[in-house]
Amino acid sequence: MRVFGRCFPLLILALTFAGPALSQEAAEEGSGTASVDAWVDGIVGPVTAPFVSFIFAPIPGTELPWIVLWLITAAAIFTVYFGFVQFRMVPHAIDLVRGRYTSPDAAGEVTHFQALATAVSGTVGLGNIAGVAVAMSVGGPGATFWMILSGLLGMASKFTECTLGVKYRTEYEDGRVSGGPMHYLKKGMAEIGHTTFGKVLAVCFAVCCVLASWGGGNMFQANQAHSQLVVITGGDASFLADRGWITGLVMSVIVFLVIVGGIKSIARVTEKLVPFMGILYLGAALIVIIANIDQLGAAFAEIFEGAFTGLGVAGGLIGALIQGLRRATFSNEAGIGSAAIAHSAVQTKHPVTEGFVSMLEPFIDTVIICTATALVITISGVLQQDPATGLYVWDEAAGQIATANNLSGVELTSAAFGSKITWFPYVLGLAVVLFAFSTMISWSYYGVKAWCFLFGDNYVSELIYKVLFCVFVILGAAVSLGAVLDFSDASLFAMGIFNIVGLYFLAPIVKREMTTYMAKLRGGEIPKYPKAASASGSTA
Amino acid sequence: MAAEIFVVAYDGIDRNPVDYAATRAKASGATLCLVHVLQWSPYSFLTPEELEERKMRRRQELERAKTALVDPIVAELKAAGIEIESEIRFGSPTAVILDLATDKGACQIFVGRSSKSGIENKIFGSVTLGLAQAAKIPTVIVP
Repeated sequence: MRVFGRCFPLLILALTFAGPALSQEAAEEGSGTASVDAWVDGIVGPVTAPFVSFIFAPIPGTELPWIVLWLITAAAIFTVYFGFVQFRMVPHAIDLVRGRYTSPDAAGEVTHFQALATAVSGTVGLGNIAGVAVAMSVGGPGATFWMILSGLLGMASKFTECTLGVKYRTEYEDGRVSGGPMHYLKKGMAEIGHTTFGKVLAVCFAVCCVLASWGGGNMFQANQAHSQLVVITGGDASFLADRGWITGLVMSVIVFLVIVGGIKSIARVTEKLVPFMGILYLGAALIVIIANIDQLGAAFAEIFEGAFTGLGVAGGLIGALIQGLRRATFSNEAGIGSAAIAHSAVQTKHPVTEGFVSMLEPFIDTVIICTATALVITISGVLQQDPATGLYVWDEAAGQIATANNLSGVELTSAAFGSKITWFPYVLGLAVVLFAFSTMISWSYYGVKAWCFLFGDNYVSELIYKVLFCVFVILGAAVSLGAVLDFSDASLFAMGIFNIVGLYFLAPIVKREMTTYMAKLRGGEIPKYPKAASASGSTA
Repeated sequence: MAAEIFVVAYDGIDRNPVDYAATRAKASGATLCLVHVLQWSPYSFLTPEELEERKMRRRQELERAKTALVDPIVAELKAAGIEIESEIRFGSPTAVILDLATDKGACQIFVGRSSKSGIENKIFGSVTLGLAQAAKIPTVIVP
């Protein structure tokens, strides 16, 4: 804490005083610094291109990437297989989060609320702000419909993976608890007689998880945080414009202090601020929506109409569908397996309870927050429409719907909020940086778990991963949106390939867990407590 | 007739309520119930790493409270001939102490005036004031 107390103000001061000096120099050597970004982009882009092409290869004869169909099909199958669990068990999930089924003896242990809050902090982030803007600008408002559908179906995938995360977690002798797909793919598959196949799936998953932790969980976050900082510090005239490496370096130092320096107070402060920023963000979206309540009906009409016609978007229905499903999955990570790592630490005698609780995550993330962002963008009118036909104006050169100043990503969301609440982009700037930082901390944890699974759980191994993670923060802030977004998407989605194969094999185990638990619940064997465990505490 | 039970809230710093309650218990033949509460909320926000380590930390916190704070006092007062039992619990101190007093059928609660800073009390509220306001049995605030 003391080290942070000394370092952080110095970093802020350095950035503040360096700003004017740098902006004076920008005119003189702006092209020089821009070339650093271009150089980094030039290296990262070609290296990641083949991987990206494979992951997003379309199904022959269609434009639909096979990976999107893979994830959504799994979500639909789990929805049916578990009897629409996401619609039946939400009230019970809320009771679990409220601690109504938590024994007072468990006070001091990880609660359902805490596991859910940490997992939500890891998923709610730039996917909800920047990702939705990308979906909207490429797929039109109709993409929102497919995002919501994907969120609702994804709840079943999340249920499956998080139940398994708890069931097959590893509890070490010293009391630490570690779980996630690496553990359930290895142990669960061995239990049903597929030991070698399970190990292969676990290793492949871990490799993809490490890549995703550097991509979607890191570079994309740093990239979009930088974009937003440029917007609020003066746009093209900002001293940060074309100097992504400055933002990257500052963020990298802070991340380094947390994950290598062990200064947990920074992470703790972020964990506490992020939920409030989330509520503030949602509150601002609601203010915009309520202030323009007369347009709400039209906005929903556009979302439904656009979902099936495209409303002028290139690719029509399929364009809207692909963007919606792709960005929703990127945002809520259902079927990807990441959340199972955070959820697995919960204290419960019944693994399926955490599965129920985890279903709330895609609901909060996608059905509520992403939809709120989408409505603000639709209502604000930042996406240009032809007044005569009502169709969106397609900008061929930009490959998206025409917007003022060709904005996309987080800048588009910022402009949408800014058009209704002029000062909100500044708050959004802070929120974006905090969300980005929180997601990075979560993903550095997911990544290090996967890395240690592959290379051994020791200090040197961890240190190598963490230093590399910090380097990727700088790269992420410096490279252009296209290369970063594609790589982050591809690595994240690749996790879903191996995770879902395992989920298909292990789903009967989850079903058994659910059936047994439901019988106990109906039979009154699961005690319900009158108040949350905090009120009474637990005996030593 | 069963002995009266005095619940003594011990924050690990202020010995005054313990010593005062011990004197009263010895005089009246009451049993002391020494309670130490480890502040904890089920709605706090934790990092993934804290989630992983929570069970381990809980174990360590309990062990530390037992060996460094509670057990030495229990041994000392037992040696002085006082009937004493102890409880270490996680939760919100005011609620835990009130619940324990009810569960034990206690007739009095002893609590120190305050060990927190003035600002902290203003923001989070004081356990002492909370007990004084909510306790259904006499509560002695020991300066």
